[in-house]
Amino acid sequence: MSTNPSSPPSPSSDLFRPNRQLSKWVELVVKYIFAAFALISVATTIGIVLTLIFETVEFFGDVPLWRFLTDREWTPRFVNPQYGIFVLISATLLTSAIAISVALPIGLLAAICLSEYAPPKVRSWLKPALEILAGVPTVVFGYFALLLVTPFLQNFIPALQGFNALSAGLVLGVSIIPLVASLSEDAIYAIPGSLRQGAYALGATKRETIVGVVLPSALSGIVASFVLAISRAIGETMIVTIAAGQNPQMGLNPFVPVMTMTAYIVQASLGDTPAGSLAYRTLFAVGMTLFLLTLVLNIFSFWFVRKFRETYE
Amino acid sequence: MKQDPINQPLSGQIKPPYSGYTSSKEAILQAEKVSVFYGSYLAVRDVFLDIETNKITAFIGPSGCGKSTLLRCFNRLNDLILGARVEGSIKFQGENLYDKKFDRKIEEVRRRIGMVFQKPTPFSKSIYENIAFGAKINGYQGDMDELVERSLRQAALWDEVKDKLKQSGLSLSGGQQQRLCIARAIAVQPDVILMDEPCSALDPISTLRIEDLLHELKEQYTIVIVTHNMQQASRVSDMTAFFNVEPTDKGGRMGYLVEYDRTEVIFQSPKEESTREYVSGRFG
Repeated sequence: MSTNPSSPPSPSSDLFRPNRQLSKWVELVVKYIFAAFALISVATTIGIVLTLIFETVEFFGDVPLWRFLTDREWTPRFVNPQYGIFVLISATLLTSAIAISVALPIGLLAAICLSEYAPPKVRSWLKPALEILAGVPTVVFGYFALLLVTPFLQNFIPALQGFNALSAGLVLGVSIIPLVASLSEDAIYAIPGSLRQGAYALGATKRETIVGVVLPSALSGIVASFVLAISRAIGETMIVTIAAGQNPQMGLNPFVPVMTMTAYIVQASLGDTPAGSLAYRTLFAVGMTLFLLTLVLNIFSFWFVRKFRETYE
Repeated sequence: MKQDPINQPLSGQIKPPYSGYTSSKEAILQAEKVSVFYGSYLAVRDVFLDIETNKITAFIGPSGCGKSTLLRCFNRLNDLILGARVEGSIKFQGENLYDKKFDRKIEEVRRRIGMVFQKPTPFSKSIYENIAFGAKINGYQGDMDELVERSLRQAALWDEVKDKLKQSGLSLSGGQQQRLCIARAIAVQPDVILMDEPCSALDPISTLRIEDLLHELKEQYTIVIVTHNMQQASRVSDMTAFFNVEPTDKGGRMGYLVEYDRTEVIFQSPKEESTREYVSGRFG
């Protein structure tokens, strides 16, 4: 049997007539369409950051940075304005710290319960239910804090004022529990069963397996969920605006009204601030501070996850 | 006519005592009429098998024959699988592991019957902590440094890792990880080590090292090894059990023990035709 390299194609090959030229064009066009959409999101972010930077630079042209950092009060619209950003930062840290001390333990324990202890059937409806909680508009949480939690707490803490950091922080914490629980649960659930079996085979109990093997392995994912929750707490607006008040004052007293950075931005952008004025530019200075805070947190999270992520086959 | 597969007579099934081989009195593990179910699905049926002290027993057979399933009965690891159920009895030093009284002492059972898995499963801890973890949870009171060193030496890993005990166990190569897992199993001082295809994810050189290791370990431990590799079974084991699988009329597949004997008998003059065909490579 002889083979001829230049033999004519077999008859059935006539049936295949691809339009290679057209496919190439389509491929090219599709590629640029996707690139354009990717560019839109990137360009928007860059635009926001640039606006923030320009307005902030102008702000610091009028108000020196040291006053921004050292003033003891935040009164940008007074006759003798003061621009102490730490007044707002202290309020943000206060509400966030209360929120985190609620959300991290409850969220993590809920995650452990869901992934390790709950039967599959329970898990299959409990997890979506938890995620629905994350979908409740924060304005609802805000009024919940103001109209239910605060009056309730006043039964026990007479010094508690109508607007206060405590109930805002507590409810803020409740609102970010689903985030912590869901993301931590994903991290824990992703740990391969073989690792758990390895621990059981050494004679570990369930608790020893979870604490000694599963949680350390899921650490990077758990910390990432924590950092995301902290960023969310710092950036959260409606709950603190409604329930924590609008009263910029320095200090970490959770029973009195305070004004967080986000609450100031809401207040200042509600309309009576003339565009281009110094008071208007404070918006961007505060926005920039907020942006830098969350950026630092996200960079930390990124670094931590990269450093501690373990890869399993 | 449909019959309940559990009561159906089996072809190829051998009832004890096995032709040609009677177990000695040194059996550390004795499986008596062990059947394993997943839900209503019968995975392994009616296994009678004695594992002898300080010997290496190999389980061979085609995929799905239940050899790993049976292995996991010996340290009750099947308990972790929802719906898994074991019938019959497995005696460990004369006591039935599936007795009620062991339900509360299951950790003690697993400490004394260790296990090494198919894929290395180092914990995301340092090499040192990987070894120390098992000892700690089992309340080890002695010198931890000494235990770690001794375990790593026994697993022939000490020289490679003695300068980097603080590094993550996951930084090791696959073969080293598997020896780390063996060291980890040894560290809790078990009587038996179960090995579920410990070399199937390893390269030939790492495999040889682990096989050499097995020969040293059997001085102190009883080893049961599941393997797909028949050369490995013939190289390392003293005893070999051949399992086969047959379809059930419910559409499932059920494993059973065909023949159990000294390794040279299984490989050179098996009594059963299917054993002969399997070990000569004609199927499976």
